[in-house]
This record gives sequence, C-alpha cells and structure tokens, in this order.
Amino acid sequence: MSRIKEFNLPDLGEGLTEGEILAWLVKVGDTIELNQPIVEVETAKAAVEIPAKWAGQVQAIFHPEGTTVEVGTPIIAIDTDPGAGPIEKSAANLPTPSAAALAAVEVAPAEGMVEPGLIGGPAPGGRTAVLVGYGPRTTAAKRRPRKNSAPAQTTVIPAPTHAGPAPAPAAPTAAPAAPTAVPAAPVVPAAPVVNGNGRVGGPVLAKPPVRKLAKDLGVDLRTLTGSGPLGSITREDVHRAGSAPTVAEPLAAAAPASSAASFGADREQRIPVKGVRKLTAENMSRSAFTAPHVTEFLTVDVTRAMKALDRLRGRREWRDVRVSPLLLVAKAVLLAVKRHPMVNSTWAGDEIVVKEYVNLGIAAATERGLIVPNIKDAGQLTLRELADALTGLVQTAKAGKTSPADMSGGTLTITNVGVFGVDTGTPILPPGESAILAFGAVREQPWVHKGKVKPRLVTTLALSFDHRIIDGELGSKFLRDVGDFLTDPEAALLAWT
Amino acid sequence: MAKGDPGASTRGRRAAPRSRKAVTGDPELVQLLTPAGERIESVTGPDGTVYRVDFTDEEYRGLYRDLVLVRKLDAEATALQRQGELGLWASLLGQEAAQVGSGRALRAQDMAFPTYREHGVLYCRGIDPIMPLGLFRGVDQGGWDPNEFKFNMYTIVIGAQTLHATGYAMGVTMDGKTGGEDGEAVIAYFGDGATSQGDVNEAFVWASVFNAPLVFFCQNNQYAISEPLERQTRVPLYRRAAGFGFPGIRVDGNDVLATYAVTRHALDNARHGQGPSLIEAYTYRMGAHTTSDDPTRYRIASEVEAWQAKDPIARVKAFLEREKIADAGFFAEVDEQARREAVDLRERVLEMPNPEPVTMFDHVYPNGSPLLDQQRAQFSRYLESFEGSAH
Repeated sequence: MSRIKEFNLPDLGEGLTEGEILAWLVKVGDTIELNQPIVEVETAKAAVEIPAKWAGQVQAIFHPEGTTVEVGTPIIAIDTDPGAGPIEKSAANLPTPSAAALAAVEVAPAEGMVEPGLIGGPAPGGRTAVLVGYGPRTTAAKRRPRKNSAPAQTTVIPAPTHAGPAPAPAAPTAAPAAPTAVPAAPVVPAAPVVNGNGRVGGPVLAKPPVRKLAKDLGVDLRTLTGSGPLGSITREDVHRAGSAPTVAEPLAAAAPASSAASFGADREQRIPVKGVRKLTAENMSRSAFTAPHVTEFLTVDVTRAMKALDRLRGRREWRDVRVSPLLLVAKAVLLAVKRHPMVNSTWAGDEIVVKEYVNLGIAAATERGLIVPNIKDAGQLTLRELADALTGLVQTAKAGKTSPADMSGGTLTITNVGVFGVDTGTPILPPGESAILAFGAVREQPWVHKGKVKPRLVTTLALSFDHRIIDGELGSKFLRDVGDFLTDPEAALLAWT
Repeated sequence: MAKGDPGASTRGRRAAPRSRKAVTGDPELVQLLTPAGERIESVTGPDGTVYRVDFTDEEYRGLYRDLVLVRKLDAEATALQRQGELGLWASLLGQEAAQVGSGRALRAQDMAFPTYREHGVLYCRGIDPIMPLGLFRGVDQGGWDPNEFKFNMYTIVIGAQTLHATGYAMGVTMDGKTGGEDGEAVIAYFGDGATSQGDVNEAFVWASVFNAPLVFFCQNNQYAISEPLERQTRVPLYRRAAGFGFPGIRVDGNDVLATYAVTRHALDNARHGQGPSLIEAYTYRMGAHTTSDDPTRYRIASEVEAWQAKDPIARVKAFLEREKIADAGFFAEVDEQARREAVDLRERVLEMPNPEPVTMFDHVYPNGSPLLDQQRAQFSRYLESFEGSAH
C-alpha cells in the first residue's frame, strides 16, 4: 500500500452524484489528525464537513474551492507517513490525480448500448437511470473479460432496446464527434410552431421517456415536428434532431463546469440548477406564491442622517468601526419593530406567531449566490454591537463561511439594493417572515427643503409585507417610522426611547 | 466495562445526596437528575408510584462510561459514513440516556425490539457494536442472533416492530413465563413519528386487551425526520395510553437515572403480569435524522442550543464531580477507552470483507428450497464464465 493515499469524494447522501467544494479547511503541508474536518462540501441535500480518513500530511489538493466534483473523484492526497522521509517520485507516489481521478471524464465502453433516458441507460452524473434509488455507476466501470473471448470492449453491440432508424452512435472512442457536424434535422421554424394536430402553440405531445431523452440530449421539443400518433414526438424524432451530439454529450456533461460562459452551437448555455441557486429558487417561488405580498414605497431626505453618521465616525471610540448607512437603516427597523411588533411575525396556518426577538436578516450577494444570514436577537444590541455584528456578518458572507445556523431563524430582513446603484425594488419575503425592507441608493437630488429646492441626499425605501398579517395601515405606519428615523435620527431617538 | 446490571447489586448503596422533594420543570416529567447535575431523591408518579434509584458509586461510574462509549462509537460511525465507508448512518446523538437508561433496566431474560437507531440499547445487551455497521455498510444483514442476545434485528419499517413485540409478548404469556420476579418482559422501541402509524396503534390495542407483558418505549426526539411534534399529536404522547387502557408516563429521556427507574418499574409490572405500559422518553435528536438529512432546513439553531444545555452526559459528569464519585483520572480513562474502542471499530469496519455474490441465496429460507438451489447454480455458472473467477 502506498503511503500516499487519495481520498475520493464519497456519496454523502443517498444517491448523490456530485458535490461542490465550498471550503478547504486544510492546505497543502498541513499535518492532520484522523477525523479532523478537512473540507466543506455542499450537495443537493446539505453542506457538510468531511472528516479526514487518515492522519498524516496533506500532499495535494486536486480541486479548488467552488468546483463541483463527481462522487468517486479524488479530492485530496494525504501522506500517511510524513516522518518517513522524502517521497520517491515513482508513478505510484506522484501526488497528481491518478487514473481514477481522470476516469470520470471517460465514457464507459458500454454506454452506447442503451439509449440515454431509458431505464438502464446513462443518466447525469455517470449513473444508470433506475426506477427507484440510485443505480450503479456506468462511468469508470471496467467490465471483467469473459473467459475464452478476445477483449471486445470496442465492439458496440446494439442492444435490442435500440430500435428505430436513428443512426447508431459512432464507435465511442475517446475523441468526441467533430463539433463542426451540423445536426441533421433540428427544425427551427420561422413560422409559429405547429404541433402535430395542426394546432398552433399549445402543449407539446411526447411521452415522459421521450421528454427525458430530449432533456438529456439538449433537444428543445418545441422545435420539433412530431411523426407519432396524434402528432406526438417520438424517440426517433428526438434522435434525428440530436443525432450529432449524442456521443459528445456525455463528455461535455462530465467536463468540469466552466465559469466562463460556454455557448453551444445553438448559442444557448445550459446551467444546471443546484446548490444555493436551487434553494433560492425554491424559497422565492414558495414565498411568492403562498404569501400575498404588498409593497409600499417611501422616499426620504436622509441628509441629516448622513451627517449624523459622519459625526459618529468622527468620535474616537468609533474610530475603528465600520459605519455604513445600512447600520442606521438596521437601527431604524429595530426601533420601528418595537413600536409595531406585529411586523415581526410568522404566518403559521391557524395562528400568527409574533416574536419578541428580532433575528435581523441581511441579504448578501456572494459568490455562492444570494444568502441571507441574520443577526440573532438584534433588538438587544447597542448601536456599537450592531455595527460590529453587521461587519462580521458581511465578512463571513464574503468569505463564504456563513454557516446554516447563521442563515436559519431569520424574522425580518433588509436587502441593501442601493449598493448596486439602483433606487428601489419590490423584494420577495424570505419564507417564514412577514416583512422585508429594500434600501435603495442614497443620491443627491433636488428636494424641497424649507421652502426651497435644494440638493439633498435622498433615498427610497420599499417595504414588502405579508398582507395576511399586516394591513396597509400597519405596514404604512411601520414604513413611516423607519423613514422618520432616517429623516431625523436624533429626534426619533429622543421621542421613542 | 460496566456490562453488569447496575440495579441488581445491593452492595454499598448510596443514598441520593442533597435530596429535593419537588419535581423540577414540567410536573408531568419524571426527573431524578437535573440538567445541572443535581439529584432529586424521588419522584411520585400520578398513580402513586415512587420512582427512585440507589446505585453504588461503581454503578454510577458504569452508567457514565456507557454513555460516553455509546456516543463516541456513534460519532465514529458518522465519520465513517462521511468518508464513504458506510452507506448511511442514523445517529443517536442526544438520545444516549434514553437508550442506556432503558437498556440497563432490562433484565437478562427480557426481550427488546429496536428500530434502526437503538445502538445504545444494542451496546447494553452486550452485542458487538460493529454489528449494525455491517448492515449500514451493506455487507451483511445485521447478523446478530436475536435469541442469544434477546435483542431483535433492527427494523427499518417505521413502527412495524411494535406489532412483532406484541405478538412475542403474547407468546410469553401463553408460555406461562410471567407472574414473578423471574418473569419475562418485552420492550418495544419506537419514535414520536411512529405513533401516527397504524401498526403502533394496533399494537396498543392488542397488547392492551391481551394484557401482554410489554413496555412501549417511545423516544420522543421531537422530529419525525423533519416533521415537528405539533404535527404529530395534539396531546402529550404518553396520554395516548389512557385511551387504550394502560398506564402512560413521561420521563426525562436525557436523564439516565429517571429513565432507568421508570423503565425498570414498567418492566417489573409487565413481568408480574400487570400488562403493558407506555413510556414517553422526552428527548431530542441533536444530529440529523440520518446522514442524508440536513436538519438546519427545518429547525432553528436556538432550539438546538436550548437542548444542548440539557445534555445527558454533561449532567452525569457534573453529578459525579460534585459528589466526588469520580475524579479527573477516571474521566480521562473513560475518554481514552472510548478513543481506543472507536479506533478498533474503525479498523474492523474497514476490514469487513465484501460478501460473495452467491451468499444472497443463503438466508432466504431456513432449509433452502429447490428453486433457490437451481437459481444459485445458474448464478454460479454465470460468475464462473468470467476470467480470473474464483468459482
């Protein structure tokens, strides 16, 4: 056994095919202990820390943070006996991805035998499509040679299921089909789409396995004319449209996702929906279609507040504190919640849960996507503590280290769209919350001040709220209070606290 | 290792120090050791039963050792799953006291029917802790002998084992094995989610009307995967028993002493022919449902933190320290033993051989069948058709 051991990304859930490296907790050269957390990986099910399988010294890390790695691919090499002196540069000891590391991009010889999309055929992630659960991997699988037969892996035997006039895939050698090959018959009609019944538009008729096949091959069913019964699209129609890429497809799918936009021949890029994007999409759809949203707007003159911020920055004890307009908005929200507690509540079906604590969510754009970490019990914090908490929250989010605990339990959220230079928006409620405030850009604008038009610092606030809980009156009063504080924070503080 | 029966010894009993009469916290909850590690001398149940334990110092230390070992082995199994060595693992983290307390309350002749999370009870029954790992590694079926250890196979189907236990307990009565100190009792483990299953309710009915010597031991860990308790029941679970006609009681499932006392009492009732009872061990699953689950998606961190303060092991440690029953050397020794057993477990798991493909025919019927023999022969021939085949 070699002293350098490669650790393969395991299947962390039941039937997962890939995981995204979120953060390496060790670096090359580190000495690690058995079961020490080495890497954080996000799968479709959870972000989890993986403990080291061996004690030793980290020899190599094969995949940088942010890459999506297939299950079974080596991700780290560990020298399990670092005290034994330098490593011989023999092939077995080289800390480079071994054959297995590269095997994920090979196409298994047998892959052409069963059509993609059929049960038993290849599915995304190099697995075999099965009815229930996860099937055996088809990539990197080596067929054991049968007795008394010449090695015959390169011979493709058409399986009985491979019916129809579709051309048999070319011999699955490693080289992909030349990309210059133009798909034989993708029908891109200039006229409105006519489906088999002669109806214009409307749903496309195709059986589920055919839809699956089309999806796997990247064929848009709406562009096809069906040749089946009632004008339905058949398996053959899909193959005809997608015949050229059938062999190349698995290769492309197995290649690591490139961050640069890589457009195919159809000038469209297909990005798998997963991880944070998937969660965001689910949350937003759920919230948008279950909670009846209302949005109200208020434009306020924040000149005084900005001057107050400057004075705050000038104080010695605040010298090292990051003070941003967001801090004042957060303070305004927290004070307004005290005056209108119903805003900080959850719709729970047959009851409304009003919370005394405020876990103040701050929507943050990060490389992982939109995340909303929250400041726990923010209502109890002093302004200084709030400032520190905001700074910490933003730094943690930017470093991609926000934990699930940081993101759970939010009760009220602020989204600071102003940092992108826009005036306002109509934010969607995070699920379980009943109000979200959008804070727009602060810019100098003509404003009537003491009877004269003057250049003043002005911003627009937008408050979306759940109309099942919050009536227009309550929402308006809350928003008005936030605005009042930002118009004249000193007076509001004196009046309310 | 304290594999003995802590309650059976009569030597050097230690009276509960700093006795307090009142029950703290929820009056519906039997508790003998508070989260801060303070002993409560005794608690009187709603039917007048006085729950108390008096253990020797050695027995107290034994229970602590059990709790720590069970947690450590469980953590090692979770790590092994994360490293790709197990397909799945259902962690018992947080439920150690419910399992060790009830497991140690069993007498040698008692029979237990577990779910798939009762690693702590399995440990108390003297079964090698590697056994369930073979099941979750997919190399065997979880191969201990249920008759030898009086501990049935893990049951994955939710609640099904309560019916098996009921039938078994009815058989115990028919064999005339109840009605005395040496009578046999049966315990059926299940969770809060299982209480909504038809099987469990049917088991309640049958056990009740046949007066089966059975203890229904419900570990209410607050979540049926992601479903919270308020979606499971509108009354405390232990009160369900009243509707079926047998007693029910709620115990602090994070208190190993109270769990022991309550379970021991219920088992003794059963073995004396007093019929079934329901124990609701009120506890919390600190980890995920299984390694495939992400609990942060359905419960908030503050709730987990609140339960962290009720940790079943920390309170025993605090008690042992305060009463000077154990010193730092003992705690270090237990930790070292746990570490060694975890390493041993890991090494043995990694060496578990993959089963021969033909063994799948071996355990279908006790004495085989002609059809299976034929299939086995066919399959062997197929395997032999490959080069380098050992067959």
